[in-house]
Amino acid sequence: MATITENATPTKNRSMADEIVGFIIMAVLLAAVPLTGIYPYFVMQALCFSLFACAFNLLIGYSGLLSFGHSMFLGTASYFTAYTLKSWGVPPVVGILIGVAAAAVLSVITGAIAIRRQGIYFAMITLALSQLMFFIYLRAPFTGGEDGIQGIPQGTLFGIFDLSHTNTLYYFVLTMFLLAFLLIHRIVNSPFGEVLKSIRENEPRAISLGYKVDQYKLMAFILSGTLAGLAGSMKMFVTQNASLTDVHWTMSGEVVLMTLVGGLGTSFGPIVGAFIIVAMQQYLASFGQWVMVMQGAVFIICVLTFRRGIVGEIAHYFKRSL
Amino acid sequence: MQALYGQLLVGLINGSFYALLSLGLAVIFGMLNIINFAHGALYMMGAFTAYFLLQYGGLNYWWALLLAPLIVGAFGMLLERTLLRWLQGLDPLYGLLLTFGLALVIQGIFQNYFGSSGMPYAMPSELRGGVNLGFMYLPIYRGWVVVVSLIVCLATWYLIERTRLGAYLRAATENPTLVRAFGINVPLMITLTYGLGVGLAALAGVLSAPINQVGPLMGADLIIVVFAVVVIGGMGSIMGSIITGFALGVIEGLTKYFYPEASNTVVFVLMVLVLLVRPSGLTGRAN
Repeated sequence: MATITENATPTKNRSMADEIVGFIIMAVLLAAVPLTGIYPYFVMQALCFSLFACAFNLLIGYSGLLSFGHSMFLGTASYFTAYTLKSWGVPPVVGILIGVAAAAVLSVITGAIAIRRQGIYFAMITLALSQLMFFIYLRAPFTGGEDGIQGIPQGTLFGIFDLSHTNTLYYFVLTMFLLAFLLIHRIVNSPFGEVLKSIRENEPRAISLGYKVDQYKLMAFILSGTLAGLAGSMKMFVTQNASLTDVHWTMSGEVVLMTLVGGLGTSFGPIVGAFIIVAMQQYLASFGQWVMVMQGAVFIICVLTFRRGIVGEIAHYFKRSL
Repeated sequence: MQALYGQLLVGLINGSFYALLSLGLAVIFGMLNIINFAHGALYMMGAFTAYFLLQYGGLNYWWALLLAPLIVGAFGMLLERTLLRWLQGLDPLYGLLLTFGLALVIQGIFQNYFGSSGMPYAMPSELRGGVNLGFMYLPIYRGWVVVVSLIVCLATWYLIERTRLGAYLRAATENPTLVRAFGINVPLMITLTYGLGVGLAALAGVLSAPINQVGPLMGADLIIVVFAVVVIGGMGSIMGSIITGFALGVIEGLTKYFYPEASNTVVFVLMVLVLLVRPSGLTGRAN
């Protein structure tokens, strides 16, 4: 039976070189954005979703676990960062650390529960857990219920960089994104990442080789959830609000779609997917609910015709690792 | 005490919907190896079909009860033939993703034309009013929903576990190649199975139309609860799905009475507890 990730990474020496070249091109292009007149908030939002999708891809692409509840990490970090910044007046770095820590704690708890089952059950459990979190945040006193937390001050980074300045915020978001991308790249190409891939390909074999697969899966889940939390904290700086949309299941569906469109298990696919989906939402917003219909249609088309995703197909055609 | 019995009844009704929907999911999963994420959207379509039949066709509730499952079931079979068929042999997660996309499309189209708010559907005159049972007042329609659901659930169980057709079905679930070699049309059975599961969802939709309003979002949150029900009960047994569905509905009803704050979340919390104590679910085998 074909596994969910058909993007088997070629393990040639040049595969690393391809990714480094890709990374440099991406970094240069993104660093030049403020000079081009492209709306920076669009790119910032897309970068936050790119990070979210990369974190999600770490789980599905390399350990084969499809989480349908990743919005809970995005939303949790977003709420905690927003609340501490607004009500306690902490500096941005502390706010981010608190938000990411909250997402990490949540991923330890939910991960320990969810990895007890595999495959579709794992997807259903994560979805149910995120719905549980949704109802908790709906009633929790600090989230502002239906209104969410609005008008959050962005603060000054290290007392020097004023984050309410658009370009400063842009380079802050970009730096965090690139660092997180490199971290994910490091994780995936570490011995730990290799064990994850072996579990994805053949779990019983990995068990027979003596690997404690549950611990590896849990670790992958925690890393993925924590990085998704970082995306949530960053997103809060861009949109200056934290609301129930961030923890709703539609958000979990969107990150699945982004990663699927770009290419499950590819390094750059989630980023391409995130930019496409965010652009689609931005430019087609006037079509109202038809955006949802289009997203659904993209899901169907992707699953039926190109399961490798855009980057996956390109990488497959040119026999490169992207 | 009145309030307690009232909530118990509401719980039983929700339990009926959980049972009908999780039963359909289990039947579909057994045959197609797909978790039908579109189940909530098809349940909503069932309710809307009843609404259309009344509004534009002049056909009343009783006709809807018969026709809506057939119409939506036929639509489901069309989906199976045109889309789901292509997923055979792939990871079941692709089925989840495809049907999630389907759910978005169906829900989006309905939301586009009908907004997000619900529309009332008149209760059939024969089932209005209620009877006083001494310890509680029983609205007839609510009792009717529970009885019909129970009968349909048990009939489905009988069809699958006790008839010749059901035996073919179970055999095809175990080993489709061998069953085909015996000259049984397995692809047709797969289509019919999907139609049956979808029909059950549509029936639940028609039953719920007079109680809950008919709206595009009525199935969206329900399906997530039903997923939790399926995780708790496991999909290995038909009877297990029915019993778990009703039991969780009752527990939810009790929670609404004793600790209303937790009524939205109790099923999810129970799911967590079951996963901690019995990871493979109450009736299911480990996958």
